[in-house]
Amino acid sequence: MPKQDALQGALDLMVLKILSRRSGLHGYAIMTAIEEMSEGVLRVEEGSLYPALRRMEEAGWLRAEWITREGGRRARIYSLTAAGKKQLTAEESRWQAGTSAVNRVLRMA
Amino acid sequence: MSGWSRIANVFRLPRVDRDIDAELESHFDEARTEGRDPAEVGREFGSRLRAHEGVRDVIVATWLESLVADAIFGWRQLRKHKAASAAALLSLALGIGACTAAFRLIDALFLRPLPVADPGRLYVLSYGTFDDSGKAGTSTASDYPGFRELRAVVKGEAELMAISSPDRIDVAYSSDAEMERAYQQYVSGWTFAEFGLKPALGRLFTEADDLKPGAHPYAVLSYDYWSRRFGRDPRILGSTLHAHNRVFQIVGVAPEGFTGTGTGAFTDLFLPIMMANAEVTNPNLVWFTTWVRLRPGIDPERVRQQLRAAVLAHRREVVKLWLPDVVRRVGGHYLSAPVFLDPAAAGFSFTQQTYRLALAILAVLVALVLLIACANVANLMSAQAAARAREMALRVAIGAGKRRLVQLVLMESLLLALMASALGIVFAWWAAPFVVGMISPPDSPARLILPADWRVTSFAVTLTFAVTLLFGLAPALRAFSVKPASALKGGDDPHARRHLMHVLIAAQVAFCFLVHFVAGLFVSTFERLANTPTGFSSARVLTLETASKAPEDPNIWYQVVQHLRSLPGVESAAVSGLTLMSGRVWTEDVWANGHSPQQYQPAWFLGISPGWFETMKIPLLEGRDFRPDETHPHVVIVNQAFASRYFDGRSPVGRTIEIPNGSARAKAEIVGLVQDARYDGMREPIQPTLYAATLVPGFTGANFATFTVRTKSANPMALASILRYEIPRARSEFRVWNIRTQQELVDDQTIRERMLAMLSLFFATVALVLAGVGLYGVLDYMVVGRRRELGIRIALGARNGDIARRVTVDVFSMLLLGSACGLGLGLGSARYIATLLYQVKATDAPMLALPAITILAAALLAALPPVLRALRIDPSEMLRAE
Repeated sequence: MPKQDALQGALDLMVLKILSRRSGLHGYAIMTAIEEMSEGVLRVEEGSLYPALRRMEEAGWLRAEWITREGGRRARIYSLTAAGKKQLTAEESRWQAGTSAVNRVLRMA
Repeated sequence: MSGWSRIANVFRLPRVDRDIDAELESHFDEARTEGRDPAEVGREFGSRLRAHEGVRDVIVATWLESLVADAIFGWRQLRKHKAASAAALLSLALGIGACTAAFRLIDALFLRPLPVADPGRLYVLSYGTFDDSGKAGTSTASDYPGFRELRAVVKGEAELMAISSPDRIDVAYSSDAEMERAYQQYVSGWTFAEFGLKPALGRLFTEADDLKPGAHPYAVLSYDYWSRRFGRDPRILGSTLHAHNRVFQIVGVAPEGFTGTGTGAFTDLFLPIMMANAEVTNPNLVWFTTWVRLRPGIDPERVRQQLRAAVLAHRREVVKLWLPDVVRRVGGHYLSAPVFLDPAAAGFSFTQQTYRLALAILAVLVALVLLIACANVANLMSAQAAARAREMALRVAIGAGKRRLVQLVLMESLLLALMASALGIVFAWWAAPFVVGMISPPDSPARLILPADWRVTSFAVTLTFAVTLLFGLAPALRAFSVKPASALKGGDDPHARRHLMHVLIAAQVAFCFLVHFVAGLFVSTFERLANTPTGFSSARVLTLETASKAPEDPNIWYQVVQHLRSLPGVESAAVSGLTLMSGRVWTEDVWANGHSPQQYQPAWFLGISPGWFETMKIPLLEGRDFRPDETHPHVVIVNQAFASRYFDGRSPVGRTIEIPNGSARAKAEIVGLVQDARYDGMREPIQPTLYAATLVPGFTGANFATFTVRTKSANPMALASILRYEIPRARSEFRVWNIRTQQELVDDQTIRERMLAMLSLFFATVALVLAGVGLYGVLDYMVVGRRRELGIRIALGARNGDIARRVTVDVFSMLLLGSACGLGLGLGSARYIATLLYQVKATDAPMLALPAITILAAALLAALPPVLRALRIDPSEMLRAE
């Protein structure tokens, strides 16, 4: 397993959150969703997104399937599993705790 | 689950890659349908290869993937150098196979525990002895009255069992049926219970089968015999068998897998020890082994001391029945003999005693052959690694980890070792039973359980990995230390590599020398033993061991001899109490010419009929043969050894000596002197032997004797069936139970030496071929490596002799060094094998010179092609090519 640094944690959290709102998204849709929601501030590199999706799939948080979309295009879409939902709650609270701690430090300094 | 899918993905990589590609492709498709500029998307996306690799790393077990890739790459490497790989494969396979075969034998004979409860608590009792020539030894032979006393002494701490060694007997399953051979052991009644064995059928013996001599005519069959002889017919229970001139009732079958305690032979029948009749009451008869089973947690040393005290106390009673002269001669040692408890978890047998050292030495020899093969392969792979130095450097330069390189090289070694093991196991499958067949005298086949179970398999697997490390480590370490800059320049230091190769060559030569040295000793031992004169002629001689229902007067036996002589095809015939070279002798004390038994060991006695010397072609030197009317103990004939011991080599004919007659002494006149002839054994000097005009000790009559017939036809066995029929025709109470040619018996004396000579010679040949191939490979590699230098030298006018010397000097100095080491090893190991040798000493000059000459000759032969190759280097062509 690669080392899980802060940014990686953020990517996982965002992917889980987006998939919890809208199930069955493919990689491109997840990427654009992150971009739009962050109003263009966050740009996810595909080189990190796809390995992350696979890793979360390996961990059992995501379920993937191939579908054929209109126009005959095929896509690999992802949705959250039960374990993924649990993981999201855990990650979310950890993120909140982490960012509020960082904010406190910023305020005090 | 996820771990497994990662491993499984290794084996469906193309599909995995297609899947990843498809997903990444769909990303671009989506972007395109949204109307974005493909070029911009591509830029944003970054390296597609990196994304692909990133995904792949997550879903594929990359460590395994690299292993598989290395295996495939290694396989290609091996296939690229077909000849070299085949040579490496064959030599390794032979080495691994021979080692596994040796392990199978050693495991079956010495290591595999008996299938009984807690075999670790089993011991056998043995006593320190001195043989006739005063050499110390041990014997397990016990007497039954003494056994009873010992059992009572250690009661509560250990249980004692009287078990005879497997003996061949004749049995018949109805009174008029043909006799057939079977192996039997007498056992104490409680043996089966003590061993924790449950019957496969019926019942086993109990303590109640052990009460009164001769009162328990029951037999238990072994499972193997029950299957082999009766097809596992349960109706066998309650039926009878005839053996030892008695009728036994079959009461049960022992459990499967238990084939008696005599490892090396299978027991067919178990009989209660009480059925050995008179033998259980005679304190002078030692005939079975005392087995000791300690109670849990008891210290064997404590029990040993108690047993020794009891043994010596019993012996003090026994010697009271002996003649005073005998007590004076042997009593001192007999009454203070040491007593040993030897672990016997793997059983106890004569076969084990005979072959322990021989098999250990063979195991060392095959291990040496394996080491030579390993050195060969290591050198081969080093040479290949040198050729691949650039490839390795390139791999490092483009970012391959060093660990990865080591893995690559080791994988190739492992592949080679695995294939060699597979071949080797096939070889061992065939070789182990082959050796067992080789050590079997025809009339008493050695039988061993030789399963290819987890013990053998795990040995082979361990050996394979050990071998991989042995020959794969050096090249792997070289891969580890590769310096890309110097390797790519083509100017890496070639001396380091040569240095290792030289050491390996020296080691190979040393091992090869040792194997040859030992083989030479064994071969000349066998030659000398086989050519030792026996003093009689065994050509066309048939021995017919014959039993009568009751003891018969010698004259009755002589009548049968007369009948045999009248038969067509018979040149001459006679009868003797025992068979020459059968392992049985009769010994007695002698008072002669002022000498008494106090001074000398007993003489060997053999009862013979008139005409026996003529039949055996033992020359009569003086005096005469027995006359038909002469009886024991009035006349005797002696051999030269007897004359030189008791009469200082002067003629003993006409002199009178005294020999035992029952418990008294009787006067006997020496009427003849015959040339020395062997009675038993080929190694020891011929014993003083006295030929008596009777057949057995006891002098009243014999129920057992051997007819000796010299036939006219070249193959004496052709007459066997006729004689088997003619003897009972002459006397209906006589029955032939064993027919062997005298030659067979003589050959049996050297069976172990023949096996050692043949196998060691075979391994020596293999070792020589391997070392020769190794030497050739290294020299050839060096010539190729030094082509440039040699070309320049030739161009500058170097002479042929100079070039040859330059090419070979290093290797030949290694040869000398290796030989010197081998010599040292050989001399150092000689004392371990001294007991297996006969009339040869490790320090004999030919024994040392022969391996040296052989190896030198092989080395010269191996060096010839590379040297020629060096001499043929055409400088102009070579320099142009550079």
